[in-house]
Amino acid sequence: MTAIMAGLTRDEQAVWDIAATVVDPEVPVLTIEDLGVLRAVSVAGDAVTVDITPTYSGCPAIDAMRDDIVSALSAAGYAEVRVRQVLAPAWTTEWMSSAGRAKLEAFGIAPPLPHEAGMRGSHGSVNLGLGIRCPHCGSLHTRQLSRFGSTSCKALYVCQRCQEPFDYFKAH
Amino acid sequence: MNHSNHVVSSAITPESIADSSLVAPEAVAQYALGLGDDALVLAHRLGEWITNAPELEEDVALGNIGLDLLGHARSLLTYAGTAWDKTEDDLAYFRDEPEFRSHQLFEQPNGDFAATIARQLFASVYFAELYRALSESADATLAAIAAKAVKEVDYHVDHSAQWLLRLGLGTEYSHQRMQAGLDTMWPFVDELFREDPYAVGLEGVAVDPRTLRPAFDASVPQMITEAGLEVPAAPAARGGGRSGVHAEAFGPMLAELQVLARAHPGATW
Repeated sequence: MTAIMAGLTRDEQAVWDIAATVVDPEVPVLTIEDLGVLRAVSVAGDAVTVDITPTYSGCPAIDAMRDDIVSALSAAGYAEVRVRQVLAPAWTTEWMSSAGRAKLEAFGIAPPLPHEAGMRGSHGSVNLGLGIRCPHCGSLHTRQLSRFGSTSCKALYVCQRCQEPFDYFKAH
Repeated sequence: MNHSNHVVSSAITPESIADSSLVAPEAVAQYALGLGDDALVLAHRLGEWITNAPELEEDVALGNIGLDLLGHARSLLTYAGTAWDKTEDDLAYFRDEPEFRSHQLFEQPNGDFAATIARQLFASVYFAELYRALSESADATLAAIAAKAVKEVDYHVDHSAQWLLRLGLGTEYSHQRMQAGLDTMWPFVDELFREDPYAVGLEGVAVDPRTLRPAFDASVPQMITEAGLEVPAAPAARGGGRSGVHAEAFGPMLAELQVLARAHPGATW
C-alpha cells in the first residue's frame, strides 16, 4: 500500500505500512487502513504511537484491532507501541478507501453509499431503501430487512431478485 | 487513495486516559458523570431484551442501540473519572444507588415491547438534541464524544419512529399497546428538560436541558399524532434522578449490573 498521510517520514511510513496490515476482526477482508480507522502514526526511536478512530462508540472490535497493532509492531521490533483512540474528528464511512469498497462488495457486503446520496436527513430521518445494490446478483431491487445487523456498522437487506439476504455497510 | 485531507490534527483520547495528561476540570467531570449514567443505565435496560425481543431482528437492533449507548457511557465516565483518578469501571460498578445521577426515564422497567419503544423514542430524541448542542461545547472532549454520539443517535430515533408508526397504525391491539406504552413513559419525560444542577455555571461547556425542550415539543407530539396516537396528558413525575433520587426499579437493576464486578473485584477474562 503506497497511499499515505501527507508528510510521513520514512520511519513513520514503515510503521504505517505495518499497522495498515491489521484487519477488522469482523470484516477480515478490510484492513484498518481501508476502513479509515488508521489515522496517524508517530515515531520516536523505537517507540511508536498509532492513532486509531473507533467506528461506532461501542464497537468491541476496536480492542482487537488495538491488540493486533501492538502485536504486529512488536513483532517488527518496535520496543514500545502505544495505540491511542482518537474520537475527533468522528469516523465516517466517507473515509473508506475505494479499494475497501470493492473488497467489501466482493466479500458479499454492500458497501456504504456516499453521503451525497441523501442517506441522512437533518433529524433522524435516514432514507434507506434507495439504490442499495445486491452484492450477489447486482440487482437494485432490494429491501431493508432490519436497520441493525450482525455488527454496529451493518444493516440487514434482502435481494428481491435473487432472494439472498446480505449485509449492507451503513453510510455513517 | 489519499489520506492528506483527513489527518488528525488534535488527538483526544478519553478512553486511554490513564497514560494521558488529559484531566477533566472538576465541574465538567460532575456534569459528564450524569450524562454517562444516563447512557449506562439505558444501555443496561436495552441489554435485558437480548434473547427476549419479539423477533430476532429486534433482539439485534435493541442490542446494537444498547451497545452504542454503552460506548457513550464509557467515554463519558472515563472522562469524568480523570478528575478523581477513577476508571470507568470504578464509577460504573462501585458507586451505590444514591451516587448515581441517571434520569428516571432510563431506569424504567422495559415493560412490553411498545413501552420500550416509547421510552426509546423519548430518550433518542432527547439524546439527539443534547448531543447536537453538546458537540458545540467549549470543552473539546465533551464536544468530540457528542459529535460521535449524535450520528449514532440519529439512527436510534429513526428506529423508534418506525416502530411507533407500525404499532400505532397497525392493528387495534397494537395501537392500544403502543398508546399504553406512551402513557407509561410520558410522566418521566419532563425530568429530562429540567435544570441540571451540574450544568449550572458551565455556560458554553454544558448544555442547559431546558433549551432542548422546544425541539422535543416540535417533533415528538407530531410523530405521535402521525401514528394515530394521542399525546399523553399524564402529569409529570417528581423526578430527582440527578440528585440521586431514583425509580423503585433502579435498585434491583443496579444490583444486577454490579454484582459480578463486586463479587470478583478486578477480575478480567
